[in-house]
Amino acid sequence: MIDEPWRRRREFGRFDWYFCAIILALSAIGVLTIYSVTAEKAGTQFPLYLKQAIWIGVGALAFLTMSRIDYHTLARWSFPLYGFALLLLVIVLFGGKASHGAQRWIALGSLAFQPAEFVKIPLLLVLAVYYSTQNRRGWWYRVIVPALITVPGFSLILKQPDLGSSLSFLSIYVTLLLVVGVKSKTLGVVLLSALMMFPFAWSELWGSLHDYQKERILSFVNPDYDPAGRGYQGMQSRIAVGSGQLVGRGFHSGTQTQFKFLPEGHTDFIFAVLAEEWGFLGGVLFISLFLALLLMGLDIAAKAKDSLGALLAIGLVGMLTFNMAVNVGMTIGLAPIVGIPLPLLSYGGSATIMTMAGLGLLFSVKRARLKLSP
Amino acid sequence: MKPGITGPGLQSTGLTDIQGRLLLARVIVLVIVGLLVVRLWQLQVRDGVYYRNLSHDNRTRSVLLHPVRGFIYDRNGTVLANSVPSFNLYVELGDVPDREVLVGELVKLLSLDRNELTRTMETHVGGTLIRLKEDVSLKEAAIVESHRLDLPGVVIRPEFQRNNPEGGYAAHVLGYVGVASEEQLTREAVQGLPAGSVIGQYGVERIYERTLRGHAGRKLIEVDALGHEKRMISVDKPQVGNDVYLTIDFRLQKLAEDLLGEEAGAIVALDPHTGDILAMASRPSFDPNALSRGLRADVWNDILQDERHPLTNRAIQGQYPPGSTFKIITAAAALDTNEIEPDETLHCGGRFRLGRRTFRDWKKYGHGSVDLRKAIAQSCDVYFYRLGHRMGVDTIAFYARQFGLGERTGIDLPAERTGLIPSSEWKQRTRGEPWYPGETTSVAIGQGYVTVTPLQMAKVIGMIGNNGIPFQPHVLRGVWGRRGEWIDEWSPTQTVPLTLPAHQLEAIQAALAAVVTEGTARESQSSVVPLAGKTGTAQVVSLRSESEEETPKRFRDHAWFVAYAPFERPGIAVAVLVEHMGHGGSAAAPLAKELIEAYVSYGGDDKERTRVSLTRPSDRVMQQEPRRD
Repeated sequence: MIDEPWRRRREFGRFDWYFCAIILALSAIGVLTIYSVTAEKAGTQFPLYLKQAIWIGVGALAFLTMSRIDYHTLARWSFPLYGFALLLLVIVLFGGKASHGAQRWIALGSLAFQPAEFVKIPLLLVLAVYYSTQNRRGWWYRVIVPALITVPGFSLILKQPDLGSSLSFLSIYVTLLLVVGVKSKTLGVVLLSALMMFPFAWSELWGSLHDYQKERILSFVNPDYDPAGRGYQGMQSRIAVGSGQLVGRGFHSGTQTQFKFLPEGHTDFIFAVLAEEWGFLGGVLFISLFLALLLMGLDIAAKAKDSLGALLAIGLVGMLTFNMAVNVGMTIGLAPIVGIPLPLLSYGGSATIMTMAGLGLLFSVKRARLKLSP
Repeated sequence: MKPGITGPGLQSTGLTDIQGRLLLARVIVLVIVGLLVVRLWQLQVRDGVYYRNLSHDNRTRSVLLHPVRGFIYDRNGTVLANSVPSFNLYVELGDVPDREVLVGELVKLLSLDRNELTRTMETHVGGTLIRLKEDVSLKEAAIVESHRLDLPGVVIRPEFQRNNPEGGYAAHVLGYVGVASEEQLTREAVQGLPAGSVIGQYGVERIYERTLRGHAGRKLIEVDALGHEKRMISVDKPQVGNDVYLTIDFRLQKLAEDLLGEEAGAIVALDPHTGDILAMASRPSFDPNALSRGLRADVWNDILQDERHPLTNRAIQGQYPPGSTFKIITAAAALDTNEIEPDETLHCGGRFRLGRRTFRDWKKYGHGSVDLRKAIAQSCDVYFYRLGHRMGVDTIAFYARQFGLGERTGIDLPAERTGLIPSSEWKQRTRGEPWYPGETTSVAIGQGYVTVTPLQMAKVIGMIGNNGIPFQPHVLRGVWGRRGEWIDEWSPTQTVPLTLPAHQLEAIQAALAAVVTEGTARESQSSVVPLAGKTGTAQVVSLRSESEEETPKRFRDHAWFVAYAPFERPGIAVAVLVEHMGHGGSAAAPLAKELIEAYVSYGGDDKERTRVSLTRPSDRVMQQEPRRD
């Protein structure tokens, strides 16, 4: 499992340097932005940006550990891992720590973590193992069984309630389903018709509901939802982004952020802060770095040694893409406002460690193809 | 390209198959990222300026700086209304998560009344600042500030509060201030004022609103999302309003109101040479301080529905039958139309028959042979019944109008009433009936349809004292600008004089003097100053009970007395009306006498009475005036 030193050095090529540099750069952008948002309200508390730096440190350890472990080993333990993670979710449901009207946390001494984040990688492992070993035909085996595997985790997270995390969780299943579950032709037809039908179906379905029903649904799945506040957040976020213009207002100088018009600037709306302070150029730089990371992930999938590795890589990239796209999308008014953190940037220990661990898993897939077959 | 197991609609899980799909995956990722970048470009580059402006509007707020209202002084520089800084306790209900808890905290910390708090909060909705307590002490303010977290939505705001240091005196003249209603803000005098502006609602505060108001300032500040001020961008300081000096002599004003005491009525004292109102009392009164601070709706309703109408300024809004005081006008009319000569006598046998009706004199067996002097001094009704009957109502009405009755005096106070001087034309127009001669008989002694205001009667008696020359009654003496100079000064304005020849006027004057020396008001003869006056007893209902005590108070007669003094060269003219107090000679004349004597003791004799230069009191005042910036 542990390679010999000479081998390790040779493995660590230019690609790996870039890969790690991008992760570090994104993390640094996150810490800097969190600093900009929270520097003033620190008070007696331990500053949040330093906390985030520590989480990144812990995340780096997770990254290294995951990249050292052969993913086949992990795959063997995937079902018990997933079971354990589901157990944690059940614990959250009954004994979790409530905050903002939702139970999402498990407290361990002075620390608290979100099991919803730590159930994602086990699910990815389980689904990847399932699809890479299960060759039976039929909708039942291809679509329904994996869905049944996904549903317990999904509904437990939704019940917390945490709409954002549950959708993010679901994105792993959907990604793998699209890649291996259905045929290209079917996929194309489904995608196209979905795209074409979407506006009509949406307005038909959603429009047929009464306002109070919509609000009930929205506030059930998302306790932060508040009819007035919701529009307010979205508007303030768009103002923040837009007012950044081409080059931004400068570090620590965005009035939307500094005067607290923008809520949650260090967590869900961190991209708005980034865009306000660094402008279009900063926003595009961030997106480019993230895009590079995604493409590298797909590259790893392309060169993976076996289906399991490829599926792991694709699943992870799919989830990261979904998280990033929905987070940035809601910031700039392209997606509804659901609480999904921006990977690597948003403040939060659980999400940061999970993302780093996932990237470690990706690295593990990449390393495997250099090794001789066992 | 596709080895491995495939099925209809389903994909192989072979490695090459998976990897074959990565191109599509890349395309999807690129499309998503492309969409984000395009949208980002829209927001930041294409519409960037728009959003930059929005962010600017977001954080800059224009704060209205209310000007300090000008002060109101009496003619001697006594402060009648000023503006004092005060801390008021407000609550923003929208920021209160739990009202019950908040009420509990407020009761605990500030010992406010629980029931009242609950009621106040129940009757309001969120989104408005509600004043819970005005003028909190520094200690209370400190308590609120240190318990901010326990008192969400509760704020203390420093404000200038209108204050009448002399309490409830001169309330009807001064008036009160209050937050302008939406409808009021469309009125010309206060047009363009921002909502929530405090404006004069009554009296001088209302009439001289523009003078007193000053100019609001504005402060442009940068605020954060919680409304906390971060930085001041610019400030346009408010300008203090101008001070108003009134013609009122507060010493007389206070005395006049104390003389009325608990009785309903009015006293007006004016300087017949200038039209200066020296005192204008109306009872029952109200507390302008309480009204200026804003009343709860139920208290306000109580005031509005009070049967004694404390808000009515009886001096200019109360319309009463003038009773025998009207005989002055009947006499003037008869003399000027040569219906009678002053020395000519008529017989009074206690009754006057007109057709089948009999009009009685107040004295059962009559006054015998009466000339003008005796008729006025003894207030003989029959004498005036006859004169009235001879002249007809329209002649009386003509002269009543010469005295300014039946129309507003034009005093600088709001909502003055006209009273009513009936004429045959008036009756035809309003009732569609002809005038009956019997009605003239009533009018001749100030009953029937005739009504007047106390101010009008003060003007009438002042005209007699001033040899038929009237001056416009007014309460404004001058406006003292904030730069320390008189910017407006009232100069006495003469209005149309009587046509009555001087010798006939003198006959009336002599008769009025006799009223006090030997007539109906002889108990009010003054040892200090010679007065001239006329009593009046105005019937409220026409039934006449034999015993006064048996009549319910609200049906009893109003007592009138109008007088001027000193007789030779009058400096003060007074009209006293006391509601339901019976005879003018006993109920009203003593009040006038006391007021006039006080006026004389304050230096109101011939020499001092000449109009004092306006700079004199103000010099004194400017030294006393506290700094107000």
